[in-house]
Amino acid sequence: MKYVDEYRDRNLIEAVAREIKKVSRKEISLMEVCGGHTMAIHRFGLTSLLPPNIRLLSGPGCPVCVSSQKFIDIAIGYSRIPGIIIVTYGDLIRVPGSTSSLEKEKANGNDVRIVYSVLEALEIAKQNPGRPVIFLGIGFETTAPATAATIIKAQHDNTPDFYVLSAHKIMPPVMKALVNDGVKLHGFIAPGHVSAITGSGIYEDLAWKYGLGVVISGFEPMDIMQSVLMLVEQIEKENPRVEIQYKRVVQPEGNKIAQQLMAQVFTLSDDEWRGLGTIPGSGLKLQERYTAFDPANKFPVDIPEPEEPKGCICGEILRGLKIPTDCTNFAKRCTPVTPVGACMVSGEGTCATYYKYREN
Amino acid sequence: MNNAGDKILLSHGNGGRMMHDLVENLFIRNFSNTILNEQTDSAVININDATIAFTTDSFVVDPIFFPGGDIGKLAVCGTVNDLSVSGANPLYLSVSFIIEEGFPMKDLEKIILSMAKEARNAKVSIVTGDTKVVNRGKCDKIFINTSGIGILNKKHRSISKGTNIRPGDKIILNGTIGDHGMAVMNARESFNFKTSILSDCASLNSFIRTILENSSQVKFMRDPTRGGVATVLNELAQKKAFGIEIEESSIPVSEGVCGMCEILGYDPLFIANEGKVVLVAGQKECNKILNVMKEDELGKKSRIIGEIVADHHGKVVLKTMSGGKRIIDIMTGEQLPRIC
Repeated sequence: MKYVDEYRDRNLIEAVAREIKKVSRKEISLMEVCGGHTMAIHRFGLTSLLPPNIRLLSGPGCPVCVSSQKFIDIAIGYSRIPGIIIVTYGDLIRVPGSTSSLEKEKANGNDVRIVYSVLEALEIAKQNPGRPVIFLGIGFETTAPATAATIIKAQHDNTPDFYVLSAHKIMPPVMKALVNDGVKLHGFIAPGHVSAITGSGIYEDLAWKYGLGVVISGFEPMDIMQSVLMLVEQIEKENPRVEIQYKRVVQPEGNKIAQQLMAQVFTLSDDEWRGLGTIPGSGLKLQERYTAFDPANKFPVDIPEPEEPKGCICGEILRGLKIPTDCTNFAKRCTPVTPVGACMVSGEGTCATYYKYREN
Repeated sequence: MNNAGDKILLSHGNGGRMMHDLVENLFIRNFSNTILNEQTDSAVININDATIAFTTDSFVVDPIFFPGGDIGKLAVCGTVNDLSVSGANPLYLSVSFIIEEGFPMKDLEKIILSMAKEARNAKVSIVTGDTKVVNRGKCDKIFINTSGIGILNKKHRSISKGTNIRPGDKIILNGTIGDHGMAVMNARESFNFKTSILSDCASLNSFIRTILENSSQVKFMRDPTRGGVATVLNELAQKKAFGIEIEESSIPVSEGVCGMCEILGYDPLFIANEGKVVLVAGQKECNKILNVMKEDELGKKSRIIGEIVADHHGKVVLKTMSGGKRIIDIMTGEQLPRIC
């Protein structure tokens, strides 16, 4: 397929791999913080093309995986209230909560629907007058603008009974939190689609204050290999800075309209990340003028303190401290059919990726 | 095997791991007999001197009319193909309808005409049937079940089990993959992708008969419907003393399907087909078989996509376009419900 095959060209990829080997001297760890990158690295077997002194770590880049257990439990609680329609992106329905999952609630006859776009959730609300529709808002700066635009549209159209349970999050605070937390890193393969919205400025701190290399990367194997090469060059020359490899999509200033939509609807909040705890200013909650869209005010649910699954090391995996094969549950008790932790559920989760693309 | 509170989930019907476990642990365990336990696409039964292939399939596709076909055509092709890939010559079908109260008569007529046309085309006769109507809301528009029987030449008995497969045998596919699944999905969901993807829904019996008449080296056939080519290959390799290796670059995928899969994050290898056959051919005659296939309209884009190998027993390994290798596992979780 045009514009895809070119970025998967074996000869080009191997040429970049040779260049990386030539330039790279230091022992370094690079972290990707986007599930799409984790997927691509494993799908195309890129780690096998890198020299042993370059380690790739998978960070907290899968929105499903970082959503807190409490968020899942609340969503399950809502799904049990008669009349309520829960609308969600597909991956979330299989995430195990403390006692159930949305998939199981659906089988119990509760109304849980999967959509590909938040605008479909609004459509469902319009087609079901009198029934509250709660959209589960997850994702980073990539999906948050669409949620914001939909809320603005719902207000404009005067659509009643439409709600958003927001677990939207932003990237920079967690990237800093990881470094502050002691994760040994030399650079970030920064998320391409988040950056398409935010622009490259959000990472400047990481380069100047923390001395880390940052390259905003695309998602094809050639993109990632080139980004690794750019990071290696930065690190070898001790010249950490923010660079954009994914120039065909990302502009330094980002998408101003999307930024404006987010700023209009959301405000920063302290938010809980699975396995990482509460990170100040990392969440997006609805601004006061949009609280009518917050289901928490209308439908109080009583959720007991969540139980984290036993033996699950999702938290350490999300921080890049351990890899899935370090977990005693991996591929035994915890598989994509019987996921114990969230990282095994989502197609972009590190554990699911390791499971799916485990080498022969 | 289950806790009392367990319920059927959509994943139990998607052709992947959970469905396999259900079939194995509940159905096979309790219905167990020598014919069923073979777990072939069609049951192979001896009655006096004749060897009969017998199969059944239910169709719940949503929407009932989609680009390239409809639930009626699908119901005929699906059962014809299940018999054909067993090496049998399909002869007679039964058809049962479960119809929702209020279903438009003109839609029913359209479906029936489509079934009649496809049956004529495939040269099979619909010889018996049943009709049930349920209250509005108790089924979604219309569900169709078809069963079929065909005559199996004794020399083709091993095809459905693949018992003669050896390392070095080639795997052949008769065209692009994923068209049916993506055509139905695009018709159903509100993506509004402007694509020309058509379902590949077609009866394969005359195509397959020509192949079998021209070569005795066809060692296995299976139609990669639900769960796609990846699932068929996994089922084939399972518990066998050989492995399978396929080349990503030789698997035909149309631009439209490729694009939709890239956008939605699907792997075409797992997407359903309704007019495709995965065939294992002895090395010596694989080119001859390929040429025969290419002469037919349904096999123009046939390709050798991989081979049977002596190592990594039980596993399917994909050689990626960018030079890596990875395991293709059986599908887990939900991918596309109600595509057939």
